[in-house]
Amino acid sequence: MNTITTTAAVPVRMSNTLRIGFIVMIALFAVAPFAGVYPVFLMKALCFALFACAFNLLLGFGGLLSFGHAMFLGTAGYLSAHAAKVWGFPFELAVLTGTAAAAALGAVVGALAIRRQGIYFAMITLAIAQMMFFFYLQTPFTHGEDGIQSVPRGRLFGIFDLSNTLTMYYVVLAIFGLAFLLICRVVHSPFGQVLKAIRENEPRAISLGYDADRYKLLAFVLSATLAGLAGATKAIVFQLASLTDVHWTMSGEVVLMTLLGGMGTIFGPVVGAFVITGLENYLAGFGEWVTVITGLIFVVCVLAFRRGIVGELSAWWARHSR
Amino acid sequence: MQALFGQLLIGLINGAFYAMLSLGLAVIFGLLNIINFTHGAQYMMGAFCAWFLLTKLGIGYWWSLLIAPIAVGALGMLIERTMLARLYKLDHLYGLLLTFGLALVIQGLFRNEFGSSGLPYQIPGELAGGVNLGFMFLPKYRGWVIVASFIVCLSTWYVIERTKLGSYLRAATENPALVQAFGINVPRMITLTFGFGVGLAALAGVMAAPIYQVSPLMGADLIIVVFAVVVIGGMGSIMGAILTGFGLGVVEGLTKYFYPEASNTVIFVIMVIVLLIKPAGLFGRER
Repeated sequence: MNTITTTAAVPVRMSNTLRIGFIVMIALFAVAPFAGVYPVFLMKALCFALFACAFNLLLGFGGLLSFGHAMFLGTAGYLSAHAAKVWGFPFELAVLTGTAAAAALGAVVGALAIRRQGIYFAMITLAIAQMMFFFYLQTPFTHGEDGIQSVPRGRLFGIFDLSNTLTMYYVVLAIFGLAFLLICRVVHSPFGQVLKAIRENEPRAISLGYDADRYKLLAFVLSATLAGLAGATKAIVFQLASLTDVHWTMSGEVVLMTLLGGMGTIFGPVVGAFVITGLENYLAGFGEWVTVITGLIFVVCVLAFRRGIVGELSAWWARHSR
Repeated sequence: MQALFGQLLIGLINGAFYAMLSLGLAVIFGLLNIINFTHGAQYMMGAFCAWFLLTKLGIGYWWSLLIAPIAVGALGMLIERTMLARLYKLDHLYGLLLTFGLALVIQGLFRNEFGSSGLPYQIPGELAGGVNLGFMFLPKYRGWVIVASFIVCLSTWYVIERTKLGSYLRAATENPALVQAFGINVPRMITLTFGFGVGLAALAGVMAAPIYQVSPLMGADLIIVVFAVVVIGGMGSIMGAILTGFGLGVVEGLTKYFYPEASNTVIFVIMVIVLLIKPAGLFGRER
């Protein structure tokens, strides 16, 4: 089976470009609130960026297209919101609860979904996510259409008051930065290399003695966990866990962010998440045109722009730096 | 007892739509190896086409049954020629992504134009009213939908499995290059097959118009259920798609009677169980 990505090989060790890129990115985010960028927008975009990076770990590096990733975002959101509001958990424990729930769900769904490949994998994840959507619609603790509202942000480690927007922002940035580093580490680890080998040629990887299913499951759980971390953080930051986060449109959105930014690139999902979140913010007053434009971007990306923004840029860079 | 038969009837109706839609998906998948995410939007377009013909042009239900599938199918063929045809050499997942994007565009445009509330569509005069069967009251139109969709499904099965044309189609599914070498125009066959599958969706849409309300999102959630139906049945066999469609509709109807809370999820639960026991699907084969 030919693969979905067109990126060059990923070296085992993290390159200097990657290090510098990471430092520049975090520095930019750190000063952004002082440069007049609205911190609430930044937090939203960072949560989606983490979500997209987690998704990209599975699609870009594992070659598995999950069309139901919203279930992890939403599950973690509901659980952490419930933990913070009803059980009175502090911030860090609430986020941890949500993330753990997403990880557990990821283990179950992953074990089921990897029984089929390719298109079937996408359809199965989508169907299970839809099942979860109906579950959350009916179960009482999520409050149906209303969602869990006015979730308290609380204090981090009992010290930092998170109701301060700027404090909250730097906590979100720290979570994003650490998760991003973890993803880089995973991609460049021997595990990441085996995952890539399975993506390129699964039968050959199996014949070399790798237990492909175990690697795929681990990648799935990892991706679900990090998506859960994004969802848990998002729910507490915006003090709301709602059905939007478990709906299939959200699963489609994260595919789009990754596709637009660049599948299988490290920074692509971050770029994609910022572009899409910005676009939605900008178009919020135009009603359904958001859906139309989102769909059009999808079509253009698939037809003419499959490497995404970061993929195209690095290809351009490679051509001109020779 | 009345309620049970009522739910069974609703189940059969839903099953008829599942069968027609999953049949279209299976036919398209067989030849193009693409899962058509636009299928739900095309079903919706079929219903809107019928609504438009009736309210704007005064053309009734029976002509809509012919015109809507041709119109929507032609649009589908245009999409296949201009967009999908560029993706055949790439991973099949790109086809899924492209058709997903198209579904968003189509549904968004219709919502801009018509809002999200449903538009009513009158049951044609010939099929108004119903028959009392003794144990239940059968609205004539619902009986017609079940019978008609069953005939459509069976004729599709007959054409594909029992005719010369169908044998070309099946051969091209196995080995397109070889069939092309025998002088058969495979790209044209692919386009027509896609148009046919899309036409089936539109036909289902016309038939659904008098039962459900005509609304821009009527196909959006339905298509996900149909995906689950396709996973359960496996896409290897045409008959499998038909039987699973009708069967799951009935199961869903029974669930609505015995345990209504689970009626939304029962098909997905069955999918999970089938995946555990027979990953290739009930009628499928690993490919």
